[in-house]
Amino acid sequence: MIIEAELLSKTYRVADKQPGMAGTLRHFVRRRHRDVPAVSGVSFAIAPGEMVGFLGPNGAGKTTTLKMLTGLIHPTAGTVRVVGHDPKRRQAAFLHQITLVMGQKQQLIWDLPPLDSFRVNAAVYGLTPPEARRRISELADMLELGEELTRPVRKLSLGQRMKAELLAALLHRPAVLFLDEPTLGLDVNAQARVRDFLADYNRRTGATVLLTSHYMGDITALCERVLLIHQGRLFYDGRLEGLSERLAPYRLVRLELTVPQPAAAFTGHGEVESLQGNQVCLRVPAAQLTGSVAQLLERFAVVDLEVSDPPIEQIIGGLFERGRVDDSPA
Amino acid sequence: MTAPREPRARAVWPLVRVLLSTQYAYMLEYRAEIALWALSGVLPLIMLGVWSGSGAGEAAGFTPAMLTRYFLAAFVVRQFTVVWVIHVFEEDNLQGRLSPYLLQPLHPFWRYLAAHVAEQVTRVPFVAALLALLFLLQPSLLWWPQRADVFWGVLATVAAFILRFLLQGVIAMACFWSERALALERLLLIPYLFLSGLVAPLETFPPGVRAFALATPFPYTVAFPARVLMGAEVNLGAGFLGLALWSGLFLILFLVLWRAGIRRYSAMGA
Repeated sequence: MIIEAELLSKTYRVADKQPGMAGTLRHFVRRRHRDVPAVSGVSFAIAPGEMVGFLGPNGAGKTTTLKMLTGLIHPTAGTVRVVGHDPKRRQAAFLHQITLVMGQKQQLIWDLPPLDSFRVNAAVYGLTPPEARRRISELADMLELGEELTRPVRKLSLGQRMKAELLAALLHRPAVLFLDEPTLGLDVNAQARVRDFLADYNRRTGATVLLTSHYMGDITALCERVLLIHQGRLFYDGRLEGLSERLAPYRLVRLELTVPQPAAAFTGHGEVESLQGNQVCLRVPAAQLTGSVAQLLERFAVVDLEVSDPPIEQIIGGLFERGRVDDSPA
Repeated sequence: MTAPREPRARAVWPLVRVLLSTQYAYMLEYRAEIALWALSGVLPLIMLGVWSGSGAGEAAGFTPAMLTRYFLAAFVVRQFTVVWVIHVFEEDNLQGRLSPYLLQPLHPFWRYLAAHVAEQVTRVPFVAALLALLFLLQPSLLWWPQRADVFWGVLATVAAFILRFLLQGVIAMACFWSERALALERLLLIPYLFLSGLVAPLETFPPGVRAFALATPFPYTVAFPARVLMGAEVNLGAGFLGLALWSGLFLILFLVLWRAGIRRYSAMGA
């Protein structure tokens, strides 16, 4: 395994202050703190070459976990090994094999063209100038970057900047990529190009990718496996399709009828998700699917029928809206 | 790809060259701001105006010519020992820009050091222009130091810069414990101004204050290199030894605090 986390936990100590003047004075005289667990006993392992999606609402502990995996912060408890190293020791051999791309942060020098930042990165990682040129050219081709490389970073669009950030982060050919919201704020086309690049990069180099994103499109396009974290606890680790089976034990049954029917006509067959003219979509519990479909076909004149899983966005979006998880952690 | 690989041995000189050239290009983007910084460092010239004709210099054994040379030399030393690492480190820490640096196999302070050197190189023409203007307005101030004094003076100035960089680096480590470490640096500004010899030669201080000043690192940052540059009688060995000892002490403190601080680092803003 290239990434192994065992009962990984991180607790932050934060100041606890009551509002108002009295609270301010009390806080000044006797400062009180409380421990806030950000990540609690998270365990998982990732094999070389895997692309894994890391899902969770804001404040779930995704970024804290990524920071521990990269060695930026030290875990409060638990162990972590990445490419055979303890990340918190930040040994050169470890740093040569990882990279972290944060969608909302930049490492490129703002007032200079990206090529200047690439030159610095190449020198830091000990690449010879010909080797650096070759890699820059190869990655620039994959990312469809050209004359943008000689324009000051501040003059680039968000999408161009993100692609240049990716190039800078991958110049040393890391074996493990930690990507934190790499498509944040990008338009649909730019998102698609970044996704295509990441898939292509993974295919070509066999790099392992752990990706967090608020865009389900990123996850569904790139990752077969997902880790779902909520309130600092991991409660799902498995295939993306399995997530819907576990969290949404129902199917969507879409019917096209010859004659439109009122919603009340479907009572007992499932919950009406949508009804438009002769098109109806029902949410049917998986256990009753066969019986319900047979009854629907028998009772109504059906032109067309389709059974599908609910969209993953809907499952996870609903889960995050509810703000709590009823299921036990994985 | 997935098999562990040993990092390639990094050639130091290409790295130094790339860091310096990139930082120089970056500093050139801010040349107007650097010109203003150079202009704002005229305190020794103002002090020269204050001290000239006051008679206090003569009382301390300084002839008017010596006083002039001292403050001109202090002006040059001050220009090339300006350190602002705490400002950029605090900002990088608070804004989350430190995190990408920490994930690269290069200590972030090497970047800051390269930025300082690049800033000083960018500053050279502005300082030269300021001196040229001064001599044009007041030709009597013009003086050419001896070649040996220039050599040792430059060496002492570089060493003074390293000492100041390390001292501020130590204070910058407070950023790991506090979000306002810059306040500590401001606290040190007054002792630096008075004890370094920037506002007055140490010889003009009462003996007790002078002895106290000499027990601090501050005189090595201005008074010592300025006296070397002006060609005054100086114990070079003792001066460089003092610079080396203080620098060594601050380097050790810096490394200890860095190690402790990095454990506390919470990567805020990242």
